[in-house]
Amino acid sequence: MVNKQGQTRLSKYYEHVDINKRTLLETEVIKSCLSRSNEQCSFIEYKDFKLIYRQYAALFIVVGVNDTENEMAIYEFIHNFVEVLDEYFSRVVSLMIMFNLDKVHIILDEMVLNGCIVETNRARILAPLLILDKMSES
Amino acid sequence: MPGQRVFLHSRTLPVRMVAPSLKLQDLIEEIRGAKTQAQEREVIQKECAHIRASFRDGDPVHRHRQLAKLLYVHMLGYPAHFGQMECLKLIASSRFTDKRVGYLGAMLLLDERHDAHLLITNSIKNDLSQGIQPVQGLALCTLSTMGSAEMCRDLAPEVEKLLLQPSPYVRKKAILTAVHMIRKVPELSSVFLPPCVHLLHERHHGILLGTITLITELCERSPAALKHFRKVVPQLVQILRTLVTTGYSTEHSISGVSDPFLQVQILRLLRILGRNHEESSETMNDLLAQVATNTDTSRNAGNAVLFETVLTIMDIHSAAGLRVLAVNILGRFLLNSDRNIRYVALTSLLRLVQSDHSAVQRHRPTVVDCLQETDASLSRRALELSLALVNSSNVRAMMQELQAFLESCPPDLRADCASGILLAAERFAPTKRWHIDTILHVLTTAGTHVRDDAVANLTQLIGGAQELHAYSVRRLYNALAEDISQQPLVQVAAWCIGEYGDLLLEGNCEEIEPLQVDEEEVLALLEKVLQSHMSLPATRGYALTALMKLSTRLQGDNNRIRQVVSIYRSCLDVELQQRAVEYDTLFRKYDHMRAAILEKMPLVERDGPQADEEAKQSKEAAQLSEAAPAPTESQASQLLDLLDLLDRASGDAQHPPPLDPSPGGALVYLLDLPCAPPPPAPIPDLKVFEREGVQLNLSFIRPPENPALLLITITATNSSEGDVTNFICQAAVPKSLQLQLQAPSGNTVPARGGLPITQLFRILNPNKVSFRSSPKARPRDSRSHGC
Repeated sequence: MVNKQGQTRLSKYYEHVDINKRTLLETEVIKSCLSRSNEQCSFIEYKDFKLIYRQYAALFIVVGVNDTENEMAIYEFIHNFVEVLDEYFSRVVSLMIMFNLDKVHIILDEMVLNGCIVETNRARILAPLLILDKMSES
Repeated sequence: MPGQRVFLHSRTLPVRMVAPSLKLQDLIEEIRGAKTQAQEREVIQKECAHIRASFRDGDPVHRHRQLAKLLYVHMLGYPAHFGQMECLKLIASSRFTDKRVGYLGAMLLLDERHDAHLLITNSIKNDLSQGIQPVQGLALCTLSTMGSAEMCRDLAPEVEKLLLQPSPYVRKKAILTAVHMIRKVPELSSVFLPPCVHLLHERHHGILLGTITLITELCERSPAALKHFRKVVPQLVQILRTLVTTGYSTEHSISGVSDPFLQVQILRLLRILGRNHEESSETMNDLLAQVATNTDTSRNAGNAVLFETVLTIMDIHSAAGLRVLAVNILGRFLLNSDRNIRYVALTSLLRLVQSDHSAVQRHRPTVVDCLQETDASLSRRALELSLALVNSSNVRAMMQELQAFLESCPPDLRADCASGILLAAERFAPTKRWHIDTILHVLTTAGTHVRDDAVANLTQLIGGAQELHAYSVRRLYNALAEDISQQPLVQVAAWCIGEYGDLLLEGNCEEIEPLQVDEEEVLALLEKVLQSHMSLPATRGYALTALMKLSTRLQGDNNRIRQVVSIYRSCLDVELQQRAVEYDTLFRKYDHMRAAILEKMPLVERDGPQADEEAKQSKEAAQLSEAAPAPTESQASQLLDLLDLLDRASGDAQHPPPLDPSPGGALVYLLDLPCAPPPPAPIPDLKVFEREGVQLNLSFIRPPENPALLLITITATNSSEGDVTNFICQAAVPKSLQLQLQAPSGNTVPARGGLPITQLFRILNPNKVSFRSSPKARPRDSRSHGC
C-alpha cells in the first residue's frame, strides 16, 4: 500500500527480496502506478511479473503476481481486502491503516498465507481479531 | 533492579527519552511529523538506539512494543537485524500479544539465510502441538512464510496432524502450510497426498480453497500425482456446479457470484487435469458450457470467473462448439467498457490466434476498433493481433486501417507497425502496383522507422516490375519533390530516377496524371538532395550515382552533371570523393564506355531468407539425386575393373561374365570404407583374382583402437601344377590415403596348394574419406601360364 507521495504504508513480501532492493523495487513500482492516467487499465507488466493496482482516494494498493495468476481475480481480491478493512475500522481511511499497522497485518495474514488466498469471508477473517481485541481490553 | 537503573539514568537525558518507551502510535506520529528525509532519519536513529538499549537490558514487559516499532521502521527501509533474537524471545513467551509480534517479526526479519531461523523450530513445534487455536494459526502462518527445508522436514508430522483436526480455522492454514512444505521439500508430497481426496469432501470453503491449491501444487510437481488426481475430476465438477447453480448465498457471494475465488481455483485445477487428457476433458465440457453461459457478467467478479473458464476451455481438449463459444466470449469482452477486461481479452486472443484463426477472424472489426485505444499497452496488443489477422482476403481493408493507424500512432509503436505492414504486404500483396503503393505510403509516413532492408526490398520489387517502371518513377519523383527528409524514401527515389529517368521525362503514363517534368528540374532536385544537410552519406551516394546515370538517359548536354561531379571530387567524405573521381574519369577518358557502363541494371538476385531456403532445398535434392545414380555407375565400372585382369595386349577377348548385381554389388561395397563412424563391421574375405589355379584372396582387419587403419592381407595360393614365380603384388591408393606395403613372405607361389604367399598392406584413412578400391591384379610371371 502506497500513498500518492510514494510513502509505503504497508508491504508484505512472499518471496525473499533483499532489504536494500526493496526500497528500489517499491519506488519503481510506485512510479509506474502513479504515472498511469485514469484511462489506462489496471494491469502493468513489470519485469517478469504482473502488477495489479487499484486506487482508493490517496492510497494505491498494488499486488505483484506471476504470470499464472488471473488478473481479474486479484483485482477483485484487492477490493475484498479493502472491504474487510472497512468493516473492521468502520469506514477506513489511510491514517487508520498507518496507526494500526499491526492489526492490518493480522487481517492480511488471515486472508493470504504464503501468497495463496486462504479466506475471503469477512466474518471469518475478522473473528479472531475481534476475540483478540476483547482479550486485550480485559 | 535493572529497570530502575535505566529510569534513573534517563532522567538526565533529553525529554523525549524519559518515557520508558514510546508507543508505536507515538513513534508513527513523530515520523510523520518529520519535515525532511534527514529529520526522519534522525528520529528513527534515535529511536533505534533506544530500542537497542532496551533489548540489551532485556525488559520483558515492553519488548513487544519495541519490536513493533522496530518492524515499522524496517518497513520504511531501515536495518533491523538486531531485533532477530528478540523475535525468538517473544515467540517463546506465553503471552499472546508477545507471540503475535514475535511471529510477525520472524516473518519479516528472519529467513533461511540467517542461522537464527532454526532456533524457532522448537517453539513452533510446541505451539503447533499444544497451543490454542490462534497460536497455532500464528505458528502456521510464520512457518508457511519463512520455513526453510530443515524446518519443514522437522515439523511435517505436526502439520499433518493438524490437517485432520476438526477446527476449520486451523485446518485451512495447515493445508496451505503443506503447500509451502512441498515447495521446499518435494519428498513430503507423499505425506500430504493421501489426505487430499478426503479433504475435498469438506464443505467449508476455506478448507476447499486450501485443498485445491494443494492438489494443484502436487499435480504441477509430479505426473504421477496428476494421474492420481484425475479421478477426482467428477467431484470437482460437482463442487463447481453447486457453486454456480446455488442462488445467492450470503456467506461467500461477491457481486452476486458465489465465491468467485474458489471457482477460479477449481477452474485452474480442472485445466491442469484436463490438459492432454480426452476423458477428463469430456467430463468437464458440459460444466464449462454451463459456467460460461450462466455467469453474471455485469460485475468484475463474474468476468474474472468467465475469463478463467475461457482459459480452461482453450487449454483442454474441448469440443469445437465450446471453443467457438470461448472465442465469442472474448469477443464480447472486447466490447466491454471496462479497460481491464479489454486488456485480458486482447492478451488471450493473441494467444489463440494461431490455433483458432477462423474463430478469431470473426472479431476482426472489433479488434481493429481497439487500435484507437488511448492506453498504450492495449493499442500495442491490438496492433499485434491485427497484424496476425491479416490474410489474403482482407488484406486491402486491413492495410487501409493499419496505415491510418500508422499516421496517428504513438512513436514507440511506429517501428513495429511499419515493419508489420511491410511484412504483411509482402506476404499478401494482391498486385505489384498495390504493393509498391503500400511501401511508398509507409516510407512517406514513417520513413525513419523502417528497417534497413526496406530500401533494398523496394528497389528489387520495382526493378522486377517492368510494367510499373514509369508509374513508380513518377510517384517517387512527386514524393521526393515534396519532402527530401525521409532517408529511405530519398534513397529509393534517387535510385529510381537514375534508372528510369528517361521514362520520367516522357510525360505520358496511363496510370497517373501526365506530368510535365523537364530535365533541369530533375537535375535540380538531385542536386538539392546532394547538398542537403539532412541527407546521410549513403543517400548522397545514391544521388550522385543517379546523376551520373542520367547523363546517358537525358537528351540534353551533360555540362551540369559534369560540373557537379567535378565539384565532388574534392568532397571530404571519402566514399563520395571516390565515386566522383571515378565518374569524372569516366567522362574524360572513357566516354566511349560510359553508355555501356551506365546501362539499366539487371534484376538483382533476391538475397532474402526465402531464396536461401530454396537454394538449400534444391542443393539437397541435387545431392540426393546425385548420390543415387553414382553408386550404380561406379558399381558398373568397378565390376569392369575387377574383371579387367589383363591389359589389352593380351588380346584375349575378355567378356566380363555377367555377374548379377547383388554379389557384384557386395563386391564393390565391401571395399568401401565408410566414412561415417558406424561400428566397424567385419569385412569378409574377398577373392579378387582367380585364374588357372592361382587365387588371390584379400582379408581385412580393422583394429578397433584405430578405426582409420585397415590391414589387408593378400594371400596368393596356387592349386595348379606349376609354381608361380616372381609374383609381385602392387597397390596404388589415392593421395588421401596412406599405404604401407610390408614385404611378402616370398615371391614364388608353390604349386599344388602349397604354402601360400602372404603380404600385408596397411592402409591408413586419416580423413575418413570414402574410397573405393579397384585392385587390378596383373600377374606377371615367367611361367607359361600365358598371361
